[in-house]
Amino acid sequence: MSVTTEQVESRVVETLASFGPDASQITRSATFEELDIDSLDLVELAQVVEEDYGVVLKGEDMKELKTVGDAIDMIVERAG
Amino acid sequence: MSSERHRRRVVVTGLGAVTPLGIGAVPLHDRWTEGVVGISDGAGFCRDFEAVDHLSVKEARRLDRFSQFALVAAGEAIGQAWGEEAPYDPFRLGCVIATGIGGQATVETNIRIMDTRGSKAVSPLGIPGYMPNAAAAAVTMKHGLRGQSYGVVSACASGAHAVGAALRMIQYGDADAVVCGGAEAALTDFGFASFHAMQALSPTGVSRPFDLRRDGFVMGEGAGVLVLEDAESAAVRGATILAEVAGYASTTDAHHITAPEPSGAPAARAVELAIRDAGAQPDDVDYINAHGTSTQLNDAAETRAIKAALGDAAMSVPVSSTKSSIGHLLGAAGAVEAIATVRTLQTGVIAPTLGLDEPDPELDLDFVPGEARALGTNGHPPLALSNSFAFGGHNVVLALRGAPGKP
Repeated sequence: MSVTTEQVESRVVETLASFGPDASQITRSATFEELDIDSLDLVELAQVVEEDYGVVLKGEDMKELKTVGDAIDMIVERAG
Repeated sequence: MSSERHRRRVVVTGLGAVTPLGIGAVPLHDRWTEGVVGISDGAGFCRDFEAVDHLSVKEARRLDRFSQFALVAAGEAIGQAWGEEAPYDPFRLGCVIATGIGGQATVETNIRIMDTRGSKAVSPLGIPGYMPNAAAAAVTMKHGLRGQSYGVVSACASGAHAVGAALRMIQYGDADAVVCGGAEAALTDFGFASFHAMQALSPTGVSRPFDLRRDGFVMGEGAGVLVLEDAESAAVRGATILAEVAGYASTTDAHHITAPEPSGAPAARAVELAIRDAGAQPDDVDYINAHGTSTQLNDAAETRAIKAALGDAAMSVPVSSTKSSIGHLLGAAGAVEAIATVRTLQTGVIAPTLGLDEPDPELDLDFVPGEARALGTNGHPPLALSNSFAFGGHNVVLALRGAPGKP
């Protein structure tokens, strides 16, 4: 099953928006710090990603992620 | 009594409540006084409460309902005490928020997730949601309270223990102000089933404290939060004093896990010690806010305890229970009822024991049936007690004194 970047982006934005930040703020260049997305939020995001795409994101992977775009790219790369 | 040593006096400067009578400490006492019963469908639900009306999306989804209640009540109490900018060093600000059970709904949700989708699907927000200290933590983060903070757990006495712990923290000099209270949100199917299995709940769904027909308690949910301050510091900064927390005492039945010690002697000791802690005599007591659960056992033991502790003065003291108006708020009850008691002192109005129409001949105190009445005083600031007696045998009595110049 191939996944498009657009599909992943849409799912990631939708998930992050449910955590609190306004959907309009959630751009590829937005940092998690700006969005007030913390480590607990990222664990929840990883659970969604694993369930939807079978991609496992571990703690050390998450530490690398600074922006929404970083997360989308990592998920797309691993899902491919 | 031990020799008098200097203890700082402690006053109440803020009140906040979320109860089945609505949001706010003022509606709690006003509506109770008017005879409003916030119980429907067999429980006291906070039907007006929508978390997102008061909290951000992030706060709301990270907090179990009990912590949501606590945060909203704390916001009201702190708003009344000092507003945005705390007049103390943050490390001199404490926080003690009690609960009987903690985040019951969050536990249940996550167990269902685990059973249906496996352990890997359990939320990372599970523990932060259901740990019993979650409400205390949430209040400290929101308001920058950096002194001592913790949760307190003693079932139906929890909220009163929190106020007592806060009182001692200030008296001892470990804090200058403490945000304290209790919160509970256990009205889930499992919560009802568990209390029902103990045959503690009223099968008729009606709370009638001290009535001959009383048949059990009615569960409620909500939170009560008070801001206590060192009296001298509060006076210096010109704070409005709502009441004084004059005394506190706690004893234990060491008798049975759920049934009260039938003679009421350990509870009576708590009443005596609280009066003594307030530097008062039994005949100084102008009002008692009873634990008054509407169970056969509590109401009988509490009546004996009041008689034993107050002696001849017992027969002339008005005693009323808040529980037939809002239900039994378990770990929040002691704090919410302390707030109702402070409002009684402030307004000079004693709200009645609703639902008490057929007196039990064995329970012959003045339980304020029917209508509200004026709080009688003898020229001094009035003194009131708030009783809390819990499963586990924990007894707590708070002694609250009206602010000088109040009715």
